Amino acid sequence: MKKHELVCIVCPMGCRLDVIEEKEKYTVLGNKCPRGKDYGVKELTNPTRVVTSTVKIEGGLLNRIPVKTNGDIPKDKVFECMKLLDKIQLKAPVKAGDIVLKNIFNTGIDVVTSRSM
Amino acid sequence: MLNYNVVVIGGGPAGLAAAIEAKKNGVDNILVIERDRELGGILQQCIHNGFGLHEFKEELTGPEYAERFIVELRNMGIEYKLDTMVLDMNQNKTISAINSTDGFMNIQAKAIVLAMGCRERTRGAISIPGARPAGVFTAGTAQRFVNMEGYMVGKKVVILGSGDIGLIMARRMTLEGAQVQAVAELMPFSGGLTRNIVQCLDDYGIPLLLSHTITEIKGRDRVEGIVIAQVDEKFKPIPGTEKEFECDTLLLSVGLIPENELSVQAGVDMDRITSGPIVNEAMETNIEGVFACGNVVHVHDLVDFVTAESRRAGASAAKYVNNELKKEGTTLKTEGKNGVRYIVPQVVRPENIDKTLDLFMRVDNVYHNVEMVVKIDGKEVKRMKKRHVAPGEMESVKIKKEDLSCADGSKIEVYLEKEACLKKEVYLEKEGA
Repeated sequence: MKKHELVCIVCPMGCRLDVIEEKEKYTVLGNKCPRGKDYGVKELTNPTRVVTSTVKIEGGLLNRIPVKTNGDIPKDKVFECMKLLDKIQLKAPVKAGDIVLKNIFNTGIDVVTSRSM
Repeated sequence: MLNYNVVVIGGGPAGLAAAIEAKKNGVDNILVIERDRELGGILQQCIHNGFGLHEFKEELTGPEYAERFIVELRNMGIEYKLDTMVLDMNQNKTISAINSTDGFMNIQAKAIVLAMGCRERTRGAISIPGARPAGVFTAGTAQRFVNMEGYMVGKKVVILGSGDIGLIMARRMTLEGAQVQAVAELMPFSGGLTRNIVQCLDDYGIPLLLSHTITEIKGRDRVEGIVIAQVDEKFKPIPGTEKEFECDTLLLSVGLIPENELSVQAGVDMDRITSGPIVNEAMETNIEGVFACGNVVHVHDLVDFVTAESRRAGASAAKYVNNELKKEGTTLKTEGKNGVRYIVPQVVRPENIDKTLDLFMRVDNVYHNVEMVVKIDGKEVKRMKKRHVAPGEMESVKIKKEDLSCADGSKIEVYLEKEACLKKEVYLEKEGA
């Protein structure tokens, strides 16, 4: 049996979790909502993160437009994702939620714009 | 002279929510004045996610959160002026403002909502010794450069202060290819949300040095290095603990201060602890018909709380314009004691409360296993167990209207009571997996 102490990052509550690992079975304690339970298990088996960044845009109010992955991607792909974003160049006008990159790393997750410009 | 029913100063999340709510409460002829080139305020540069969990039950980025309110404001036909600076306002609710298309304007308002937000403390505010080379930024300024203007501010970075903006910039700079050497924090605990320490520092192996400060900035034209030393309980650097970090950039995340030059000039009474106006349950200041909401009143940690508070201010401004805000009846005062640093609102008129009164407060240190007690006129009305409270996380208490029926001038006191022993602990010590 192994005990892991984590802080849930799903929402700003920041619940302190105890995740007990026993023969590849995980029990999550201390979570105030079901999402915390999912997080606790996922963080120890397949940690994921949402990536937010910016890409170049032409003809907009600003030179950069914010983008995000519309779901979480594996944590070890975060820097790879940033590299893909470096190559993107958009043209105004765009709407919030427009897809910039589809199905990155075959995760089913898209990179979308997070504002209109 | 231009005439409006409600003038909102500031087009950030607070101003947008207040204007929309005033309109929803039956007031027309509303004007929002914004000094930036677009609405949305600082949210536009906060491109990270995590906004709107209370408000929309989803995780939005700052620009997404702002856009929802901007679209609603536009659809409602609420008037706004961009690139417009308010120069002055007075007790008669006359505002003077200026921009390059209308020129100088005198604006008469029936009600004013102050929603100017806050600004960052700078290097000058914390008196860091040493030369003044280029490469020292406040974290928010760096955030604007990186996220909106498209400039990278440095390659090797040290961050002073572990407020949320500092933590988020540590991650942002790392993602953009910079090397963040360390985050130094004067206090024995972080001022930011714990989840941000996990996902912004721990994720990227960035060390958080608690009880540390900067004793020297090296470099003449550009920052070349930062000397960080450990501090004792009196925050004095301990000789011999100095460590030098080679870097070209220093980001400061050392606190936010409500921006109240206009309010003070107009004679609004200020709270010395929050640095914001003293407000009542309607978010009204001592000047009748002048309301305040958002970070101009006290610095919030979640924009969702700003929105909720600003709706109250907007609805109250509408009530005031329609002569529905009650002035008669008793007036109570709130007071934070024993670990509770401040409470907003500071003044409560029970007559204007519908069902419950919401009090917002911050504690002065990290405490574990304490009870938060509410006493009105010496009588206990509420007691809540708290496993963990920290200055970086705002606390709130709901009080029922029926508990508020007491004599004029009574006090609502909120304080912390020890359960076993009131222990000041350094958190994060045992954390991290």
